[in-house]
Amino acid sequence: MQLLFEQLLNGLQLSLTLFLLAAGLTLVFGIMGVINLAHGSLYMLGAYAGALAASKIGGFWLAVPAALIAAGLIGVAMELLVIRSLYARDHLSQVLATFGLILFFNGVIAWGVGRAPLQMDMPALLSGFLEIAPGLPYPTYRLAVMGVGVVVALGLWYVIARTRLGMLIRAGSDKREMVSALGVDIASLFTLVFGLGALLAGLAGVMVGPIRSVQIGMGEQVLITTFVVIVVGGIGSIRGAFVGALLIGMCDTLGRAFAPMVLKLWLSGPLADGLGAALASIMIYLVMALVLIVRPRGLFPAGG
Amino acid sequence: MRLKTLALASAALFAVNVGAQAQQTPVKLGILTTLSTPGGYLGEDVRDAILLAIEEEGGKLGGVPVQTLIEDDKLKPADAKQIVEKWLETDKVKLFTGVIFSNVSVATVPTVLEAGGIFISPNAGPSNFAGKACHKNYYVTSWQNDNLHESAGALARKLGYKKMVLLAPNYQAGKDALTGFKRIYGGEVVEEIFTGLDQTDFSAEIARVRAAKPDAVFQFHPGGPGIAFVKQWAQSGLKDQIPMVVAAPSLEQKIAAVTGEAAIGIAATTHWNTDFKNPESEAFVKGFKAKYNREPTVYASQGYDTAKLIGAALKATGGKLDDDAFRAAMLKADARLTRGPFKFNNNQHPIQDWYEVKAVKGADGKVSLATAGKVLEAHKDAYAQDCKL
Amino acid sequence: MAINRQIVAGLLIAACLLAVPFAAPYLGGNYVITLATRVVIFAIAASSLDLLIGRGALVSFGHAAYFGLGGYVVGICAFHLANDVTIFGWAGSNEALVVWPLAMLVSGFAALVIGALSLRTSGVYFIMITLAFAQMIYFVFVALKYYGGDDGLAMTSRNLFAGTRITNAQTFYWISLCALALCLLIQWRLVVSRFGMALRGAASNERRMAALGFSVYGYRLVAFVIAGMMAGLAGALWANLNRFVSPDMLGWVRSGEFMVMVIMGGVSSLLGPVIGAAAFLLVETALAGWTEHWQIAFGPFVLLVALFAPRGIWGLLRGRAGP
Repeated sequence: MQLLFEQLLNGLQLSLTLFLLAAGLTLVFGIMGVINLAHGSLYMLGAYAGALAASKIGGFWLAVPAALIAAGLIGVAMELLVIRSLYARDHLSQVLATFGLILFFNGVIAWGVGRAPLQMDMPALLSGFLEIAPGLPYPTYRLAVMGVGVVVALGLWYVIARTRLGMLIRAGSDKREMVSALGVDIASLFTLVFGLGALLAGLAGVMVGPIRSVQIGMGEQVLITTFVVIVVGGIGSIRGAFVGALLIGMCDTLGRAFAPMVLKLWLSGPLADGLGAALASIMIYLVMALVLIVRPRGLFPAGG
Repeated sequence: MRLKTLALASAALFAVNVGAQAQQTPVKLGILTTLSTPGGYLGEDVRDAILLAIEEEGGKLGGVPVQTLIEDDKLKPADAKQIVEKWLETDKVKLFTGVIFSNVSVATVPTVLEAGGIFISPNAGPSNFAGKACHKNYYVTSWQNDNLHESAGALARKLGYKKMVLLAPNYQAGKDALTGFKRIYGGEVVEEIFTGLDQTDFSAEIARVRAAKPDAVFQFHPGGPGIAFVKQWAQSGLKDQIPMVVAAPSLEQKIAAVTGEAAIGIAATTHWNTDFKNPESEAFVKGFKAKYNREPTVYASQGYDTAKLIGAALKATGGKLDDDAFRAAMLKADARLTRGPFKFNNNQHPIQDWYEVKAVKGADGKVSLATAGKVLEAHKDAYAQDCKL
Repeated sequence: MAINRQIVAGLLIAACLLAVPFAAPYLGGNYVITLATRVVIFAIAASSLDLLIGRGALVSFGHAAYFGLGGYVVGICAFHLANDVTIFGWAGSNEALVVWPLAMLVSGFAALVIGALSLRTSGVYFIMITLAFAQMIYFVFVALKYYGGDDGLAMTSRNLFAGTRITNAQTFYWISLCALALCLLIQWRLVVSRFGMALRGAASNERRMAALGFSVYGYRLVAFVIAGMMAGLAGALWANLNRFVSPDMLGWVRSGEFMVMVIMGGVSSLLGPVIGAAAFLLVETALAGWTEHWQIAFGPFVLLVALFAPRGIWGLLRGRAGP
């Protein structure tokens, strides 16, 4: 029972990390109609900026603003230089262009920073445990990551549902002419949204820095999972991204935690272990395929 | 930067320094290694160490001028094969080294051997070519893959752990790792947990270990996933309750430095470490740091030792690569290596010692590996008996 | 005028492909032929993907699955033959005329099942569901220890083609080139047929086609299966070229590369994907041979094509005129 509780918590933690990535991607994808494969690169750049700031200048608390500033600025530059010319074009050009950006960013990091992974430690304040149930310590840092995920989710919900900016963002996606007619500079609005998406990706990168490995290619490892999340949730919907992240994070974690155990009811030990692991690694794709077969536009299609 | 030209130029430069020596056509050394992808730092260390060895000798190995060709295999077996074909044909390269990953090795070794080339692996040692399919022109200077995990199994046995949980990725190398570990460990395996390819979050697996309550845990996750595992293990609080035993790839010098405090206390096994007290090793560590401004990893030492072994063979044959003479010279392994005693087995894989290392905090606050003692002496691999060489 | 340019460009490409074996001795020998063979095989895979992307507006992000399955059929048949173990009671085979059609059948069957499920969705959801199925197949092969897992499966020799050896680089190049020509010919006939018009019609206005009595779903599924079979053939050739198959043939990176080749070359054109495959492979190979930091140069190259050649390299060559 305690194990189940712990695994649920692990799943929740993974879900909220995924949400940080998915929120930015779904905004850019849903509102601006841009498939940004380089979203994972922004996550990597955030982590690198954070790790470098932490080791060269000092401390985790500097790493967070450094990551946000770096990812945000690179995001805005990317929008102005590349993405802007792609709004009027089909998804295919966007795929091609952002694929080129992935290679470029990986190459630049290998050349400029080096190929070896970087060190990034946790802040001392968050490096302990919290006894969340008798005999069950849980890392404080992971609880903090969950906290950040929840705060971002609430913040985004507030911005989109309750502010003028949110109204413009909502309107900008399908009524571009009307928004421009209201005297709003739609180009600046899109730059802002893209920068916000980049900021969130950078935040995700710096938050997982102390848990995972800060290295080249870390963006591609999460990119596909992030796309799975937003597609399951329904593209363009923050609520969908949240629910999608929960579903995918939970399925992935619970699959890894319990699939072998369940299979052992029928199969011999080693076979169940191997098959269970294989099942766990395809779990998220299985869930996505099932969701799309039943609901071809995801769980919460935007505008639906 | 054109690597080929640069290497040639530096060789030419040194040739001028040496002066009156007779002009000798350089031996071409093809270094096919992984420089992009997350595994790029492994290939970089091997490449840099080989180049260091060549530079220290003034553009030569064993007194024979060497021209290097270097290319990134991108961790794509088919691309690697294409590069090898190009070198074999257009550049007439006969001597190949640098390969890091087993899948690249499996794809390229047959091509090189069929064309009459010589393949000297500085890292990957898959079982495919260690037994029945061994070949007179194929050498592995690092280890047969299983050796890494056999040494970890021996360490776990020595430390007296009775009940263990084993974790490894659900692919070939991961399964081989568990087989190798169990071959020597001999204790009870409570649970085998397989993880995914490129997995970055291990909280679910760590919770399973906690529930299984073993004496100790063995895990095999090289590179990035290894860093993530070590960090998350420490953060889970299990580090102080359940000891961890790993093999070299899961806790090499870079992983120890990057994970810092989280690695302290983990017991690992290796065949070389930065603190080895022999003149070759000390000179290598000093030279590597001076040239590249970073600590060498065990991969770098493998690259350096490979260069030294090639040098010894070239010296004996005067730079000739004709099969029999080169092979006879190579098998003598008449070189002083950073790792100490070394011999080739009949399958041309190493016979060498394995050591225990522990991650400790140094006086400068940095975490590094400290050698704690020998685990296995003159250790061979289990496939040699099937090799008819 | 534009038609002339198109024909000239087409003839030029054909001439280049035909000239490779004759020019090779002056350019660096068999290595050049092998490189050209890689281009030709990728061109088959890319052009089959263009049948979906270009003609049907069906952006499949899992095309490597059929490529890889075709390759694995060849690899597995050779594995069983070499190790004297039967597969479903069959000894395995080394005959291309048996194994390659089998590879196409297996890939086609996989495409049938996956297509039947995926075609219920459209747009970006279609991109992702095709990716999902491909990833499932990928993870199965990574975990399949019996067939080498992620280390892959090496073959001792190439298949025999009607009993004769095809180890010679030139022979194999001609076989691959014939396969490409055949695939392009079939696609051309398909595109101008009623089938092609229905497919293109459905891409631009699905409802109208349905109202006209066309079974849009049926046409799309057939296209998906044909594309899968052609990719399977490309995979079978690839396995023979390298005498090696591994899961990286099936992964999403490979699918992405096929997509990039199609888009870079130019969608909805017979020759676009051929040019795309050539440009992708040749530029990448040249840059990687020149510097270890090839990605810094290759990335911007891809980006520039995306920004300044909206209809791909073929679009630039062809000029302004229509399709």
